[in-house]
Amino acid sequence: MSSLVRMVSVAWKETRQLLRDRITFGLIVGIPALQIVLFGYAINFDVRDLQAVVLDQARTSLSRQIVADLAATQVMRIAWQADSEEEFRGIMARGEAAIGVVIQPDVERRIAEGGRSAVQIVVDGSQPSLENIAQGLAGLPLAGRPGEAGTRDGAVALRVEYNPEKRTAVQIVPALVGTILNITMVIFTAGAIVRERERGNLELLITTPVSRGELMLGKLLPYIAIGLIQTTLILLLGHTLFDVPIVGSLVELYAGAALFIAATLALGLFISTIARTQFQAFQMAFMTMLPAILMSGFVFPFDGMPQAAQWIAQVLPLTHFVEIVRGIVLRGAHLTDMHAQLAKLGAFFVVMMTAATLRFHKRLD
Amino acid sequence: MSDAITARGLRRTFGSVVAVDGIDLDVPESQIYGFLGPNGSGKSTTIRMMCGLLRPTAGEITVLGDDALAQAETVRRKLGYMTQRFSLWEDLTVRENLHFMCRVYGLSRRESRERVADRVEEYRLGDFAGRFAGTLSGGQKQRLALAAATLHEPRLLLLDEPTSAVDPQSRRDFWEKLFDLAAQGTTILVSTHYMDEAERCHRLAILDRGRLAAEGAPKQLARDIDAAVLEVECRDLPAARRQLSGEDWVRSVAQLGGRLHVLVDRSEPDPGSRLRGTLVAACPDVAVERVAANLEDVFVAATGFRAGGGRVAPGEEAA
Repeated sequence: MSSLVRMVSVAWKETRQLLRDRITFGLIVGIPALQIVLFGYAINFDVRDLQAVVLDQARTSLSRQIVADLAATQVMRIAWQADSEEEFRGIMARGEAAIGVVIQPDVERRIAEGGRSAVQIVVDGSQPSLENIAQGLAGLPLAGRPGEAGTRDGAVALRVEYNPEKRTAVQIVPALVGTILNITMVIFTAGAIVRERERGNLELLITTPVSRGELMLGKLLPYIAIGLIQTTLILLLGHTLFDVPIVGSLVELYAGAALFIAATLALGLFISTIARTQFQAFQMAFMTMLPAILMSGFVFPFDGMPQAAQWIAQVLPLTHFVEIVRGIVLRGAHLTDMHAQLAKLGAFFVVMMTAATLRFHKRLD
Repeated sequence: MSDAITARGLRRTFGSVVAVDGIDLDVPESQIYGFLGPNGSGKSTTIRMMCGLLRPTAGEITVLGDDALAQAETVRRKLGYMTQRFSLWEDLTVRENLHFMCRVYGLSRRESRERVADRVEEYRLGDFAGRFAGTLSGGQKQRLALAAATLHEPRLLLLDEPTSAVDPQSRRDFWEKLFDLAAQGTTILVSTHYMDEAERCHRLAILDRGRLAAEGAPKQLARDIDAAVLEVECRDLPAARRQLSGEDWVRSVAQLGGRLHVLVDRSEPDPGSRLRGTLVAACPDVAVERVAANLEDVFVAATGFRAGGGRVAPGEEAA
């Protein structure tokens, strides 16, 4: 009972201090808001409305049909119709158009015979991501090939099934909850113990009856609440700015998020028991963040990573939370479907918390 | 009367540095016990070992009947500790700091409220009870720190240089509080490097380079001083001082206004005549008078410090 009182007292003290630290408090709201706007708008794996130049050397109804089909993908917008190859090359060379379409004069015969390319799609190779787009466009079946209309529909239909509107925000925002929490939470607790040490409070604090566990949990509790506030903020912004739907249960989402937040905070606390200064603590916190973000499957597909990287990723809480949050938000999955991930998060929390508590001594030596 | 603190063969090293080098101590209950010594003499290290904050390298220490290391948690509940550097939270208000400390020491919400109100009044914190501790002056911070250390009514107070950042009036007030607390039965151990504060203690330990150089009541220490104390008056004091600092039987020379305060080896049979004989050539008008030793003389005699700053015997260094 008195143990609970002491823990709550530490949490109360921490909250008071936090609320008074205007800048930190601002960051609680500022970091998620800024990140989601940046990530949501800037990170766009699919490209739309690319300026395109068309050199239609055939000028038949079929060639016009092909151009119309390409334009219908909305990936490109036909900005120029070049009359000659020189004009086409000029527009491409000046970088005015990011993408070019060349239709051969004998396009009908080439399509009918097959084997030789009838339509060329030219991309500006200096922008790497465009290459994928071009490949996507090249895979589009060409109109007018007898008996293949169904194939064309089928191929387009397949793309629709995979990613209806090709909107990155839908993939990114749920995982962004995890990424942002990972950044802010580790930093919050990484400074928690060192700050007391640097300001000279620790010597007094450890001569009081507060136990190591009470101190650790008391330091952690306020930030779980803050993490959940951030979660709410990110999802709200994702919903209003990017129409990201939440298919699954909010309660389950918050429960999963709370566990992930606790795991990340525990990592921060552990860092805080190693570092001697706040500066060191923040350096160490950053050291854990980059691998977490890069290896979690947030940016790069998990399956493409080397085996060793996958093992490391398995240890990191963010990897599991990205799966949990995508599952609940996008697929409407339940926590029961993800007990493996939950168990790993729980294990990480327990191990880190224990390590932090054992590393911390109520002594100065 | 039993002892609040007992230390035997207490030693603490930090790497190759010996901070405390075999100290034996008995601090009696309900008294103010002083630790006098220069910076680096081992005062803070010894106090921290009493709180269980540092582990002794050797020796043992018993605080209020419990081993300071093995039963650190039990000991800590019975003592109040005032750190050398202000260690309450500067971004909490005076009242919040006190309330937090009450709760952490296990006082109920109601007890805490009463105790905080009581201390705010007793330590005259009312005018700034709602202000952040970081905005207080040195004297106000010190009062707050003492109030916080007494919240759980400890039987023992350990105060590590509590008056180092405080004006003389605040120091006087502070010492009055300490005497009140001692009268109520609290044992107080206070470290200082001020002679006037050391003089106020019931008992005193003079620490020097991690060792106990002298121990006893201030009056007793002055009586038992291992040196003869004399004062010299003459017209050319600088010349007299130069002359005396070359003599190896003179342990210390310090100028006090128009006089020289001189410590001479006790083994000297007639120090007055010898002083006069040494100085008469340089200062024909010399007058020598034997005086009673003060605490600073005790300190100088015990630690081997020359008033000018140098050490008499720098050879046998502890570390």
